Amino acid sequence: MVKININGRDFEAEPCQTVLSVAQSAGIDIPTLCHTEAVADYGACRICLVEVERRGRKRLVTSCLYPVEEGIKVTTDSERVKKVRKTIIELLLARCPDSQAIREMAENMGVTESRFALEEKAETGSCILCGLCTRVCSEVVGASAISLVNRGTAREVALPFYDEASSCIACGSCAYICPTGAISLVDAGSKRIISWPNGTVDFQMKQCTRCGSHYAPVRQVEYMIESSGLSPTEFELCPDCRKLD
Amino acid sequence: MDIEEKTLKRLNSPQELEALRQELQRASSAKSKTITICCGTGCLAYGGAKVAQGFKDEIKARGLENEIEVKTTGCHGFCERGPLVVIRPENVLYQRVKPTDIGEIVDTVKDGNIVDRLLYTIPGTKTKVAHEHDVPFYKKQMRLVFGANGYIDPTSIEDYIGCGGYTALAKTLYSMTPDEVISEVKKSGLRGRGGGGFATGAKWQSTQEAHGDTKYVICNCDEGDPGAFMDRSLMEGNPHAILEGMVIAAFAVGAHEGYIYIRNEYPVAVKHAERAIAQAEAMGLLGRNILGSGFDFTVKINRGGGAFVCGESTALMASLEGRVGEPRAKYIHTSERGLWDQPTVLNNVETLANVPLIINKGSQWYSGIGTANSKGTKIFSLVGKVNNTGLIEVPMGITLREIIYDIGGGIPKNKKFKAIQTGGPSGGCLPESRLDMPVDFDELTRAGSMMGSGAMIVMDEDNCMVDIARYFLSFLEGESCGKCVPCREGLKRMRQILDRIISGRGEDGDIELLEDLSETLTWGALCGLGSGAANPIMSTLRYFRDEYESHIREKRCPAGVCKPLITYNIVEANCPNCTLCIKACPAGAITGRGKKVPVVLDQSKCTKCGACFDVCRLNAVEVR
Ligand SMILES: Cc1cc2nc3c(=O)[nH]c(=O)nc-3n(C[C@H](O)[C@H](O)[C@H](O)COP(=O)(O)O)c2cc1C
Ligand code: SF4
Ligand code: SF4
Ligand code: SF4
Ligand code: SF4
Ligand code: FES
Ligand code: FES
Repeated sequence: MVKININGRDFEAEPCQTVLSVAQSAGIDIPTLCHTEAVADYGACRICLVEVERRGRKRLVTSCLYPVEEGIKVTTDSERVKKVRKTIIELLLARCPDSQAIREMAENMGVTESRFALEEKAETGSCILCGLCTRVCSEVVGASAISLVNRGTAREVALPFYDEASSCIACGSCAYICPTGAISLVDAGSKRIISWPNGTVDFQMKQCTRCGSHYAPVRQVEYMIESSGLSPTEFELCPDCRKLD
Repeated sequence: MDIEEKTLKRLNSPQELEALRQELQRASSAKSKTITICCGTGCLAYGGAKVAQGFKDEIKARGLENEIEVKTTGCHGFCERGPLVVIRPENVLYQRVKPTDIGEIVDTVKDGNIVDRLLYTIPGTKTKVAHEHDVPFYKKQMRLVFGANGYIDPTSIEDYIGCGGYTALAKTLYSMTPDEVISEVKKSGLRGRGGGGFATGAKWQSTQEAHGDTKYVICNCDEGDPGAFMDRSLMEGNPHAILEGMVIAAFAVGAHEGYIYIRNEYPVAVKHAERAIAQAEAMGLLGRNILGSGFDFTVKINRGGGAFVCGESTALMASLEGRVGEPRAKYIHTSERGLWDQPTVLNNVETLANVPLIINKGSQWYSGIGTANSKGTKIFSLVGKVNNTGLIEVPMGITLREIIYDIGGGIPKNKKFKAIQTGGPSGGCLPESRLDMPVDFDELTRAGSMMGSGAMIVMDEDNCMVDIARYFLSFLEGESCGKCVPCREGLKRMRQILDRIISGRGEDGDIELLEDLSETLTWGALCGLGSGAANPIMSTLRYFRDEYESHIREKRCPAGVCKPLITYNIVEANCPNCTLCIKACPAGAITGRGKKVPVVLDQSKCTKCGACFDVCRLNAVEVR
């Protein structure tokens, strides 16, 4: 166990924990955009910055990545932290003015307007390039169907060659995890339509042989058959009808 | 392996190395003269290869092979005056040598005469200088690391050994423990030359102490800084010194595998490094059981694709592992968890080239050079508005004024010095008031710039500092990997604001916005690219704020650089209607009104190309 101090309070933590996890379990709020427990941390959004004092030296660190260390003093809301976070959220607000989630986070920081000119007709949509979708797709789903392509300001989320959805199993994990609503998923009867920042694809849904409902994407079912080793007949019924059996 | 490498004899002990060294020295002193021709990249560009071949043919034709040695070497630093030819042992320096000069030079080599017309002339005077060490460009330099470049053929391991090469390695393996090596490097005060200035000994120690089955030593030869070419010149000109440094580092930390990460755009450096590795392996100076000591260390070359960010340690390692070269936060240092999560030493080319010197001459000698916290010498590339451009090696603590005026020969065309940009794209611009500042890691940082890799760009009164800041910023914007928000979005915004200011659309509050963004990048970016990116802005705001203000408030560019903010005007009192400008103007914006009557410039037609200003000899065109 290591002892650390956050905002004047002492805590004990496992050495493998991050500053963010210790703070969160203590109910201390640190905003995050590119962190979830489900995938490895990445450190891209920088909104979770906190000030750490170590051996008398203060610096800003990424709390989602910073491993706790004996004796560090953490301040989650110093003037510098607040100022830097505020500029970061203004940058994001100017990038995606249409994202409800970003607007709300900004408002919580007292920011209602960005000092930067809004992106030309919000070309980037609501994507802040946090990489959660691509990480969940590769680390959790195991499909690696989408990735971050190009570098610098040209960076974006895209399917391979912008239109190859062949590895996507239409599971929707990416849409679910996206913090800004930049990926949308609509189930429309026999079709599931997923829209990423660079491309929209319709996926065929599997029909329950008993009740006729479209209960899951065909590709996802095929993927489950393959990975589980179960017989395809196990997937003829939708979960509801299977319960009745 | 070449045929030649196969004939190299393996050395199995320090005694065998020493015996070979003495034999090589005897053989070379049997020839009374050496003609060295620089075949570094700069001199090659001026036709060095033809000159070198010419000398070889001439010597052969005259049957002088047993008396005069012809040697091609790496860069001597004074590339601007290339191709360079030096006659040794007298060190007579000939510059801008052409194939047609060869006969005359060879005529004089034996009797010790000098070809006057090929000597370097001090600009603005008629003084000719005969010897390399008397040329002002070299006089104040201290070429400990770089000097050997002028003496050895980089493709010949014998040349390196003849100059005492690999003796530091022998000493390390046979009379020192890893701890002693680390302690020696620590005591020397050597700090990394790759930019950060981290203490090399401390870095080695933490790698030595780190737990890991396998440890690695990597040489960073990415050299992404535009305008910098010292690492390349060292790798091209003296690759064995770097290999020797790497083996010593490996012995100190307990590594058995190493990599040279080298940019693919440096084909000669790659070729020479490959060749050096093959030669050193054939001679038992690399690979298994080095010099019979039982110590093993192999080196492989990895070619980098040439992204600036790939010089950053974590991105470099990701790239070496075959992943996208993108940085990650390194709260656990790469010295503990680096390449494939194993303890890794990453050092710059120049840092490693310093190591054999320290081992051979001792930490006490080494730490006698330099300032309190910056020891030894530093190689800088000196470019821009300065008479003598090139690569220079100077002791730490030399002043900027000495560099610019004594070594660099001052500012061309009697222009006024304005600023010197040091440290590459993430460095800063220092004004005249800082010229007497001693150059070392800490002083440069305190002044708002940095050592960086050692690129120095001199600027004169014709440079606009807002424009300069924009130049560096847009370079970094183009090189940002795009992973983190402050760098990706912040750099774009900063560049947009500067674009606005430069085009005359600057507003009150822009400076404050730039300052906020600078703070956000400095404190909030993930890697060194982003956190250093604000330096060009912050330093120009610190020393040249008035230039920003004139652009924003008065819509005026004081240096007359930013096109939208300047006009060309006719100074009527000076214009006798010589019509030079009329002929030069591609836009037909200037019209004459007859003899002795000043010409008229129509602003609505003027495209601000500046041709009229350039041709006018009577100062009758001015920029406002
Ligand atoms: C954006 C960026 C680019 C860098 N490029 C280089 C480079 O081209 N060469 C180099 O030696 N170090 C470069 N560095 C510094 C390295 O990350 C590292 O600190 C250095 O190679 C360590 O060697 P040293 O301790 O011998 O200086 C760069 C750092 C950053 C942040
Ligand atoms: S829906 Fe497709 S892209 Fe999204 S997580 Fe699932 S497999 Fe990946
Ligand atoms: S689409 Fe959503 S999850 Fe994916 S990078 Fe953009 S904001 Fe993040
Ligand atoms: S600071 Fe720039 S280069 Fe470094 S990780 Fe962030 S975006 Fe990439
Ligand atoms: S700046 Fe160019 S276009 Fe304008 S008057 Fe002079 S020569 Fe003509
Ligand atoms: S949540 Fe930590 S950097 Fe995004
Ligand atoms: S290349 Fe010849 S002096 Fe630099």
